[in-house]
Amino acid sequence: MKINKILLMGNPNVGKSAIFSRLTGAKVVISNYPGTTVEFTQGYTKIDSSRPAIIDVPGTYTLHPTSRAEEVAVRMIKDGDLVINIVDATNLERNLYLTLELLEQDIPVIVALNMWDDTKHKGIEIDVKKLEKALGIPVIPTCGLTGEGIKELVEHIPKAKAKKINPLKDEERWKHIGKIIEDVQKLHHRHHTFLERLEDLSIRPVTGIPIAALVVLCAFWVIRFVAENLITYLADPFFERIWTPLIMKLSAFLGAGGFLHDIIIGKLIEGELDYSQTFGLFTTGLYVPFAMVLPYIISFYFVLGVMEDFGYLPRLAVLTDNFMHRLGLHGYAIIPMILGLGCNVPGVLAIRILEEKREKFIAATLMAIAIPCMAQIAMIVGLVGQRGGAYVVLIFLTLFILLIIKGIILNKVMKGKSPEILVEMPPYRIPQLLAVFKKLWMRILSFLKEAVPYVLLGILFVNILYVLHVIDALSKIFSPLLRNVWGLPKEAIAALIVGFLRKDVAIGMLGPLNLTTKQLVIGSTVLAIYFPCIATFAVLIRELGIKDMLKSAAIMISVGIVVGGLLNLVLRF
Amino acid sequence: MLISLVDMEPGETGIVMKIDGGFGATRRIQSMGVRIGKRVKKVGARFWRGPQTVLVDNFKVAIGFGMAAKIFVEVERSEDK
Repeated sequence: MKINKILLMGNPNVGKSAIFSRLTGAKVVISNYPGTTVEFTQGYTKIDSSRPAIIDVPGTYTLHPTSRAEEVAVRMIKDGDLVINIVDATNLERNLYLTLELLEQDIPVIVALNMWDDTKHKGIEIDVKKLEKALGIPVIPTCGLTGEGIKELVEHIPKAKAKKINPLKDEERWKHIGKIIEDVQKLHHRHHTFLERLEDLSIRPVTGIPIAALVVLCAFWVIRFVAENLITYLADPFFERIWTPLIMKLSAFLGAGGFLHDIIIGKLIEGELDYSQTFGLFTTGLYVPFAMVLPYIISFYFVLGVMEDFGYLPRLAVLTDNFMHRLGLHGYAIIPMILGLGCNVPGVLAIRILEEKREKFIAATLMAIAIPCMAQIAMIVGLVGQRGGAYVVLIFLTLFILLIIKGIILNKVMKGKSPEILVEMPPYRIPQLLAVFKKLWMRILSFLKEAVPYVLLGILFVNILYVLHVIDALSKIFSPLLRNVWGLPKEAIAALIVGFLRKDVAIGMLGPLNLTTKQLVIGSTVLAIYFPCIATFAVLIRELGIKDMLKSAAIMISVGIVVGGLLNLVLRF
Repeated sequence: MLISLVDMEPGETGIVMKIDGGFGATRRIQSMGVRIGKRVKKVGARFWRGPQTVLVDNFKVAIGFGMAAKIFVEVERSEDK
């Protein structure tokens, strides 16, 4: 039989993505918590002369799906030619349940006994030969992170045959597994390691809350420290010493004015180039993404990667569960929110780890309104930070309070109640630097590929609108709202328009308007709330459906108007 | 003595005897490895209404408070440890 499609299946967080990346060479995000992969990923491998597709299926405990990610997994079996069942060797018993269910299907199965290296120091001894015999299929010890066993795994693929066993009832299956375990596995007593003790300390409130506070503070500090140093010692010197002279030559060449000059370079301020005011494609269009946003993207994703691989995020979910229930969510919703701080697009996608439509709607709406992405945060820090750090804090505090109020209201208004958290706590692992940097590099690349073009497009777009006097016309129409409600000058409409494309550019556009500090704070806050950027908007439609998205958008716009207005009334500086 | 996961003291172990949830919830919990007849050890705290974390075999599962209240175990108190 020709094998065209190979499925990688297994329980959540057993290392499917690591094996996938080994088999295909494709780069995928790997973390240490259940639910990293919510959508299937496809890649290709090479076996002799054929190139079968390999599919990284979201983790599932059984073939009786209990969540959307699991449903995806189950549906995919029908199209597969072979299943590589990734089994966590340190949790053989639980993992074998899915293995037996897979054997009941009419499809060849190979078992990859992953995390093999962990069994030794966990005092687990597995007789692989006996396990092969008991299951009647090949079992290969592997270690996805180091690549151990992958070659052998590939060698077994062409020889695999379906060995359909008779379907068992639930209890029979567990009984059968019990017998297998008794036969193949020996456990040795061992002492708890420091990391294991730390695992328990970080979920008990008395010790866990101080630990969480420390982790979050450290994370903030490192993110800011790394980013500011990248800006001061790398990005700014590059733009000042190398880029500016080049641009000035180009400006002279273009005749220091005219349509083309205005679009490419922008309007020089008294013959000087000011990256925050000039607004040309090659000036502000490059300075914003590379010198203001990218340093923060790098430092944020570095810190996030370390926390993900360590296995800390689910602990935060346990600690915040109680609080999140008041917002109509459960603790695990903290993970999409944290991812959303990097970029709302992967944040919205991660909402799939939540089970019910209601909580998905709440999580998506809260994220779009109150979780600013790193690009936006970097711009707020860069622009508003010049007027004083307290104003930056004020903006984020406003958004945070908004998140809570909005959550409480949605939880009261929407029918139903939040389901309960039920999630496996991954063991703590010391992150491997190489893996952390690999993941960081992937995320930087996706920022460069997916965000930078929109930044340039946004700046091009707004320049064209200026030239065509569209902005003038719109600013007249919207000036009552802008001036009377938010206290902003009518020119700020341009920022609101660009905000549909990119929030970072939009906040940057507040720069040249000579706003008062109060206006700057209101403008930045409104820009964060009133609508998602186009990329987030697109995934929101896909994930929520048009109807719910329109509802969500209506909430965003009205909240934006109200909050901007309130700030205008309340703030006194 | 049959008590729920919520009422177990941190560090205590017990055998799961009964899961009172609905069909779907029970199935989810069981498929995650918290099954009748399994020995579980409470590793989280008990005094707040947060998720209850238990160690089963070699893995830890956090179970929402309400759900944990429906899982009953026969605790092994110190004399038979």
